[in-house]
Amino acid sequence: MSTTRSLVIEKELPHPPAKIWRALTEGTLIKEWMMDNDFQPVVGHKFSFRSTPMPNWNGVVDCEVLVVEPYKKLAYSWGSLGGESAVVWTLVATEGGTLVRMEQSGFRPDQDANYKGANYGWQRFIGGLERVVAALP
Amino acid sequence: MRTAPDVLFKSLADPTRRALFERLSRDGEQTVRMLTDHSGVSQPAVSKHLGVLKHAGLVRARHRGRQTHYSAQPRALAPLVDWMSYYSRFWHDRFDRLEDLLKRMDP
Repeated sequence: MSTTRSLVIEKELPHPPAKIWRALTEGTLIKEWMMDNDFQPVVGHKFSFRSTPMPNWNGVVDCEVLVVEPYKKLAYSWGSLGGESAVVWTLVATEGGTLVRMEQSGFRPDQDANYKGANYGWQRFIGGLERVVAALP
Repeated sequence: MRTAPDVLFKSLADPTRRALFERLSRDGEQTVRMLTDHSGVSQPAVSKHLGVLKHAGLVRARHRGRQTHYSAQPRALAPLVDWMSYYSRFWHDRFDRLEDLLKRMDP
């Protein structure tokens, strides 16, 4: 169950925030590391990620831009396989580059007024989940 | 049939329901009244939350006399665990690709 914690991925990269921001927000660059897309860094913009369809997946992720704070924070909803979640990117400048944090949670921030509180509880719950599942026969 | 992750997320999106599920996981089978005493919400509200958890397969109800006893069904969390391990692999892979791209980009 160690994988559950990695719904938050945090890594320091030796590049400035502005460069990483470009990789996260320019369609042609996003395509190189994520998927083909029609992303635009505009709150409310609906877009999709498209990759090769697979037997149990049409290859499409339907998204909506939720937060755009240049060089700091980017969030979009993530709808795929009938499931709805949210992906939040946070960039923090460090001495050697940028601390990049990606968090995917099962909530849409725009639908839950208590998102911050709920999200905190959710992370705690995930931690507890590991114990519950580890105890399963 | 296993419950879709979306149903699990929705049922666990509410902090009161998460607390109820955690309590049943930790302390074992409980009646609605026992759960109400510690929840800070009314008995009808607790019953309603338990109904949502039951629909998601997260709790099981057992009727004994006039009391209904609820117990946690942690196995129902399996699709959620699958969902998390799938996306964990997915994002680790994308992070690697992002790093490769950054190396190739102009400074």
